[in-house]
Amino acid sequence: MKLFEHEAKTILAGYAIPVPKGALATSPGQAKKLASQLRPPFAVKAQVLIAGRGKAGGIQFAHTLDEAENATKKILNMEIRGLKVHKVLIEEKVQVRKELYFGITTDRSRRCYVALASASGGVDVEEIAYTTPRKMIKTLIDPTIGFRGYHAREMASKIGYSGKLMLKLAAIYEKLFKFAMENDVELVEMNPIVETSDGTFVAADARIIIDDSALYRHPQYSQRLISDQKTELTLQEIKARKAGLAYVELEGNIGIMGNGAGLVMATLDAVQLYNGSPANFLDVGGGASESQIDAALAILLADDKSSAILINILGGITRCDEVARGILATRNKVGFTKPIVIRLVGTNEDEGRRILAEAGIHVLDSMEEAAKKAVELSRG
Amino acid sequence: MGIIVGKETRVVVQGITGTQGSFHTRLMLDYGTSIVAGVTPGKGGTEVHNVPVYDTVKEAILRHDVNASIIFVPQPFAAEAALESIEAGIRTVAIITEHIPLRDTIDVLTHAKRKGATIIGPNTPGIITPGECKLGIMPSHVFRHGTVGIASRSGTLTYEIAVELTKYGFGQSTCVGLGGDPMVGLSFVDVLKMFSKDSQTRAVVLIGEIGGIAEEQAAEYIATKEFSKHVVAFVAGRTAPSGKRMGHAGAIVIGRAGTAKSKIEAFKAAGIGVAAKVSDVRKLLAGGIQEG
Repeated sequence: MKLFEHEAKTILAGYAIPVPKGALATSPGQAKKLASQLRPPFAVKAQVLIAGRGKAGGIQFAHTLDEAENATKKILNMEIRGLKVHKVLIEEKVQVRKELYFGITTDRSRRCYVALASASGGVDVEEIAYTTPRKMIKTLIDPTIGFRGYHAREMASKIGYSGKLMLKLAAIYEKLFKFAMENDVELVEMNPIVETSDGTFVAADARIIIDDSALYRHPQYSQRLISDQKTELTLQEIKARKAGLAYVELEGNIGIMGNGAGLVMATLDAVQLYNGSPANFLDVGGGASESQIDAALAILLADDKSSAILINILGGITRCDEVARGILATRNKVGFTKPIVIRLVGTNEDEGRRILAEAGIHVLDSMEEAAKKAVELSRG
Repeated sequence: MGIIVGKETRVVVQGITGTQGSFHTRLMLDYGTSIVAGVTPGKGGTEVHNVPVYDTVKEAILRHDVNASIIFVPQPFAAEAALESIEAGIRTVAIITEHIPLRDTIDVLTHAKRKGATIIGPNTPGIITPGECKLGIMPSHVFRHGTVGIASRSGTLTYEIAVELTKYGFGQSTCVGLGGDPMVGLSFVDVLKMFSKDSQTRAVVLIGEIGGIAEEQAAEYIATKEFSKHVVAFVAGRTAPSGKRMGHAGAIVIGRAGTAKSKIEAFKAAGIGVAAKVSDVRKLLAGGIQEG
């Protein structure tokens, strides 16, 4: 789960990591009032959960209270990559001497947490890691030892600090690690962490992603799970998430569902191979019940941009008769408002096919044949 | 033969009294897997499908000759169940449970490495050596004894490909589900090393998907270590957008990293045939086996 910048900074401040003084505003008037309690110049920052807001104009600077009010007005009228901005963070602007990077995430192939530091922060760090990986200092973290003071000092020194500044920076690294472990982060980064002109360090921006699988032991985050993700998810995605389905909205016109992440991805790929375009990814998971199939199909039928639907089920734990009943339940409730191609094989296949055949619904054997058919039908 | 599991595998089922645990214990027994004990804390002294249940893994090991474990324990307790088996000296542990926190997975994999244990999963359908042992939840009828080894990051997609292979006469030596999580016990390279030593395996199918660099590492290993058996690859997720999790926690493109394109290019550069669709896997395999 991604956290907003203002949430991330509040949490880091709780770990004694310095962050700029600031507050959250939802209207220009409120922003002006809050700014009056801060020291100018100000930074006004759109609170959205996607990267790249700076380039889109979502961060503006202001010298007076009126400028802060105007900047807020502009940003609150903005859509950043299709997402409406609802909140801004208004802060005292940090006086930058140098912008650095520090983050903690997991290394999939080494199977451990890793700390990353760079002397050039503020930019797209994934891009640096991709193009000039040598500029990124990396420390793999042994879970039985952790990230210790000497690790932190070595990293701060490798990016060019010595003496008191090195110790100050290393102390912040250690605090961030403590936060990361206590909160099950998937990623936490200070990008940039700024060395100010008066010789201190401040986390000028912060990004936190909490490991979704660990939310059960952090109720403080899971409480806001669905309502606040509205800013990140489409309406279709919210509906699917509420029904407990793995769903990703795409831009094409063929609605697709199946069982198993890999199989559904391969179905999307097959549709594209036959020059069709998938409208979504929907995985009903293993052992889906009649009501889950019904819910999933209803969500696909409700997608205005699709002109055909492809259902691809290979029953293992999932039973074809359950799937067939789910499909019928949807048809009886809302009807088939667009053409539907069904591929259904595996566990209890005969029973599933009998149920659908009696209802006059034709079923195909092959996934590739079904993908081809769906592409044909999507063209009307 | 085959790898990791076979006729000699003797299993303890952790979480045997739960719905999933009990259901799949029956299916594994039906397949012929030797299940000698079960563990559910607080249910010691009972039986499930005539398999004796104990409170702890240690107790089960004292009374039975166990060398593998399969875990159906719910998410909050699954990592601890795995640690219990590893510490008790079990060297093969399949973790079926999904949604285990990353931090717990790291602990399990670190301890497994120190103790020399092989972890299959988490979030895996398990592993099957057709005709000998099924340690998992896969539909067994799609697999046949044969010479093709399969390593896969995805459950149903493996069944889809196995159905095709079986239909056209390509039986399997062992099929390993690596798991759909970002961090899992076995990589493609680990499994390739085992297949290279297995005399029954004559060709290997790698079923990858977006996310991480396991496919690229496999391609590099095959190219530089002169892996001598025929390899065919399939990569799911050519249409996946960046930044979105496609069902599996591990199936995510981050920025420019982990794309299907990068994996397909790596395989092709290593001289490995990449199937564009499921039915191409057997065709590529047929070519290779004839040539070989």
